[in-house]
Amino acid sequence: MTSTVSTVSEQKGLETITLTIDGKEVQAPKGSTVLEAALGADIYIPTLCYDPDLTPYGACRLCLVEIEGMRGLPTSCTTAATDGMVVHTETPAVNQARRVAMELIMANHHGDCLTCAKNQQCELQKIARYLNIEQEHFDRLRKSTQILPVDTGHPAFIRDPNKCILCGKCVRACHEIAGAGAIDIAFRGYAAKVSTMGDKSIVESLCESCGECLARCPTGSLLPKQTVSPTREVKTICPYCGVGCSIYLGIRGNEIVAVRGDEESPVNRGGLCVKGRFGFDFTNHPNRLTRPLLRKEGYGKNIEVDGNFQEVFREASWDEALELVADKLTHIKEKYGPDSLGVLSSAKFTNEENFVVQKFARAVLGTNNVDHCARLCHASTVVAALAAFGDGAMSNSIADFAKADLLFVIGSNTTECHPIIGRIIRQRMESGEIKLIVADPRNIDLARRATVHLRHKPGTDVALLNAIMHVIIEEGLQDKEFIRGRTEGFDELAATVERYTPEMAEEITGVSKADIVRAAHLFAKADRAAVLYGMGITQHTTGTDNVKSLANLLMLTGNMGREGTGFSPLRGQNNVQGACDMGALPNVYPGYQRVNVEENRLKFESAWGTTLSETPGLTVTEMIDAAHQGKIKVMYVIGENPIMSEPYMSHVKQALQQLEFLVVQDIFPSETAFLADVILPAAAFAEKDGTYTNTERRVQKLNKAVDPPGEAKPDWQIVSELAEKMGHPFGYENTADIMEEIASLTPIYGGIRHRRLEEYGLQWPCYDELDPGTPMLHMGTFTRGLGKFHAVEYRPPAESVSESYPLILTTGRVLEHWHTGTMSRRSEVLDKLNPSGVVDIHPDDAFKLSISDGDLVTIASERGKIEAPVRVTDKSSPGLAFLAFHWRESPANALTNPALDPVAKIPEFKVSAVRAMLSVLDRASQDNEFLAKLAENPAEALKEYQLSEEEKAAIISGDIRKIESWTGKLDNRLKQWLIAKLSQEK
Amino acid sequence: MGISQPTKAPEIIRERDEILSSQINEILELYRGERSELIPILQEVQQRLGYLPEAGLKRIARYIDLPESTVFGVATFYAQFKLVPTGRNMIRVCRGTGCYVRGASQILETLERELGIKAGETTSDLEYTLETVACFGSCALAPVVVVNDRVYGRMTTEKAQKILANKKEK
Ligand code: SF4
Ligand code: SF4
Ligand code: SF4
Ligand code: FES
Ligand code: FES
Repeated sequence: MTSTVSTVSEQKGLETITLTIDGKEVQAPKGSTVLEAALGADIYIPTLCYDPDLTPYGACRLCLVEIEGMRGLPTSCTTAATDGMVVHTETPAVNQARRVAMELIMANHHGDCLTCAKNQQCELQKIARYLNIEQEHFDRLRKSTQILPVDTGHPAFIRDPNKCILCGKCVRACHEIAGAGAIDIAFRGYAAKVSTMGDKSIVESLCESCGECLARCPTGSLLPKQTVSPTREVKTICPYCGVGCSIYLGIRGNEIVAVRGDEESPVNRGGLCVKGRFGFDFTNHPNRLTRPLLRKEGYGKNIEVDGNFQEVFREASWDEALELVADKLTHIKEKYGPDSLGVLSSAKFTNEENFVVQKFARAVLGTNNVDHCARLCHASTVVAALAAFGDGAMSNSIADFAKADLLFVIGSNTTECHPIIGRIIRQRMESGEIKLIVADPRNIDLARRATVHLRHKPGTDVALLNAIMHVIIEEGLQDKEFIRGRTEGFDELAATVERYTPEMAEEITGVSKADIVRAAHLFAKADRAAVLYGMGITQHTTGTDNVKSLANLLMLTGNMGREGTGFSPLRGQNNVQGACDMGALPNVYPGYQRVNVEENRLKFESAWGTTLSETPGLTVTEMIDAAHQGKIKVMYVIGENPIMSEPYMSHVKQALQQLEFLVVQDIFPSETAFLADVILPAAAFAEKDGTYTNTERRVQKLNKAVDPPGEAKPDWQIVSELAEKMGHPFGYENTADIMEEIASLTPIYGGIRHRRLEEYGLQWPCYDELDPGTPMLHMGTFTRGLGKFHAVEYRPPAESVSESYPLILTTGRVLEHWHTGTMSRRSEVLDKLNPSGVVDIHPDDAFKLSISDGDLVTIASERGKIEAPVRVTDKSSPGLAFLAFHWRESPANALTNPALDPVAKIPEFKVSAVRAMLSVLDRASQDNEFLAKLAENPAEALKEYQLSEEEKAAIISGDIRKIESWTGKLDNRLKQWLIAKLSQEK
Repeated sequence: MGISQPTKAPEIIRERDEILSSQINEILELYRGERSELIPILQEVQQRLGYLPEAGLKRIARYIDLPESTVFGVATFYAQFKLVPTGRNMIRVCRGTGCYVRGASQILETLERELGIKAGETTSDLEYTLETVACFGSCALAPVVVVNDRVYGRMTTEKAQKILANKKEK
């Protein structure tokens, strides 16, 4: 019912009061307003500024009622209901006053109903009708003149201030729900209106495009640009991030035309972010794959396919394509053995599909070489948390964030990457009820709101966390009882962190000693503290150690197994939790049952009627290396795009080019598909059934809303058909069948059945059909018994800055896009909102490099180089550059370092040494050594080159004409750069 | 957020902004950064700079942790705050009833045309700001225009043009 932190009834508890409304006895929870009491008893009171999710405003004066013993006509939305109150909602006086209020509102509502897209759905019209104001009278009151300019700048909605009645719902939604604060009421008197900072277009404001305002506007003042109204609705799950918001898709024909958040969902309570609200048009994009495609004879893999897709591939029937794939796989398996085959499953598709894919790899191909992109995001979490707690998942629920006293967010840009969780944090901070510690090298949105911001250098997390624990232990603030009763290994930890004094950590991390001490005090003294983290922790060569340190901190302070506490890895992909649960991992069967434990193998062998390999398979990153070395001959890549998502792009590309055979199954021709021999067209999220498991282990039901385009099919069907062609029919009729098999083989999913999930889903472990699921793990005892402390030492990142690569590049995501952009870049709204990759550089570095905002720069590492426009911003730190990895025009992973965490094999995406240079300069200096030298080190250049006095003078005085006489004509921007650079040298 | 294609600010604006922001920083240092300090901060900035520059409002919003739209809302609510710099000469045209019936609108129109700005705006050379006022209380002299502190009564469009011409000569 509400997107704010807790529902009205939760806040108000169970005590009730009784009052009389229109002669009817009405019960209401204590603390309700008169309006809420009436609405709860199905008594209608007209309102324009009331919304159950927002604080009462009392502006429209339509909800007036008469209350016995009270003078005047109070607004029911702002009047508290009390025991024994007698209320009348329909008296002549009330009606008269409402009509006056309505006429006042309408006099300020400019516009013509007939041409308004909100016509017939407009609250204003509805209430006018209710108050018996005839349309004619209404039209007379309403001025038809448009006096204020309409803001059409946003790709998804328009803002027409002429129709605004200043009910303030949009403003409150933006502040109280979204926490963005992009709009407010500005100006005064007759000129008052809803305005952004500086009264500019909404796209130039802090607007995050979540559409919470749009969803609430009672008039046509905020209107979606897409105005086709749906004829039916289907409840399903957002396919973007791991929050797993529940949504209703509005369908007209075979198209998604509208989306709304599911108000009943305990996950998002009706709220959505920009991707969930506006990002689904990719399903209708003309680039969708609709038929199987085969690479034509004679087209090698070294050609660039990008533009000439049609020329290189030809369409084929399913039969022909699957026949070919089946033959090849069988043939190569016979020739080189099953471990020459590798399968990439996907965190984007359903549990059922992941189950089928890993079963295909294990039972049909006979190899454990199956993995997916969790390797690239939370592999370190799974390894470390299994070791510390016995379970690799989030310990508590999203709802717990609203119950904590302190949140510690480390390495997570939550408001952009998990927006609905980010919102909860913003709301809690705004309420003043919690403290927030943010540890992040960048000055992200949450950092600005934090009680303490620890701006540590990338890759120094262990040192930082050890120092925090050092302070806690030194001052005796640890939870001794918890440590004694529920954990082991404390002494080793204490011995190790003893050396990590705040002074030492300050040296390593760049965070002041005082801030470290302050964070330690805040954390240790909080009654209920939760840690939230993301890829800033996991994507390091020390990823496993980082996660272990967080586990240490939580156990040290007794913040496990209670409400409002816990360990919260925020999972990236919509179904990355599920893909791991389903055993799309090389070392475990579904439910984390190890492949090298005989008992497990026997169980699966007997269920699947075949023999299985007992050797754990290769991880994604290892498969790429093995392909490079010619050990892996075939890869079957389903719903993943390793070219864009793996580090060191050129290496991955080479590896895939060397394969004897590559099958790619996807909804779009991804960058990886360009290298395929066979491309199989898959169905998108809205075109199939199944389940996703979100970041809080909640298994939720996906429902089919539209048909797939052309001959595209759900992944589980394609893989099942292939299995059949290879002589191993799976025999599934539908996805519910698959879930039955999952439940029978996976104890933690033992009680999951599709029919049990329609409402809110179930959180695993859920052992049998009566099990209501588990919102909180590790209560009373850890899954592994005792929680285990791991003493870990700080190790620096694999790469550090050097003279030639003086900046650290860190990668990540932005709000509007998703991963390699396969979906979000094909959403018109999302792509318009954020069309190209931008490198963030701190003003100090920009000054040193003489680069200004908007310049095209070349970023190079030892592994590659890319071009992107620069944004000079203090969101970055000195010495740090940031680039998200969504854009193929500026692929961040061309630069990143493939160095791996030794245990979890996760690459160090977050730390690569790079240099930044003005692109014109980079190009010019490629054939001009002198310019190159000048760019790198002007003082040296002057010394090193044997320049005549005249030449020196020209350089020192910045005489461009002279300089051009030796270097040849220079680009204008380059001239400016030279002048700036030379004047700095002076 | 939003469309994040960066735009290049011309050098001059940047320099001016830098000076302004350092002045605003000096003012902010006198405050603790609490939300209740908004109005006093706005007043002080207005007093020191003569107006509230947009970049300054953003800076203030961040400093006291209020949404910038709210700061803008407050700044535009009170008549005492100006969001554009005022010119060296302030021209105020009365729009009270007395003046209105005697042709204040034509005078305003003339001034707007001559200066190339609308009421409430300032010329780009920062010479003139044009404003309208409800009533000066000198209705006997209607229509009235006040230039800086000097009151001109019984205005005509010709007289208005002449006043401007004289000012410009100086
Ligand atoms: S779309 Fe969201 S962020 Fe933008 S103005 Fe509306 S509520 Fe605020
Ligand atoms: S835009 Fe809509 S929601 Fe916002 S104040 Fe105006 S009428 Fe209300
Ligand atoms: S927060 Fe995540 S799941 Fe929710 S709407 Fe946004 S992208 Fe979808
Ligand atoms: S709903 Fe109560 S005043 Fe608007
Ligand atoms: S109306 Fe102009 S001075 Fe009074």
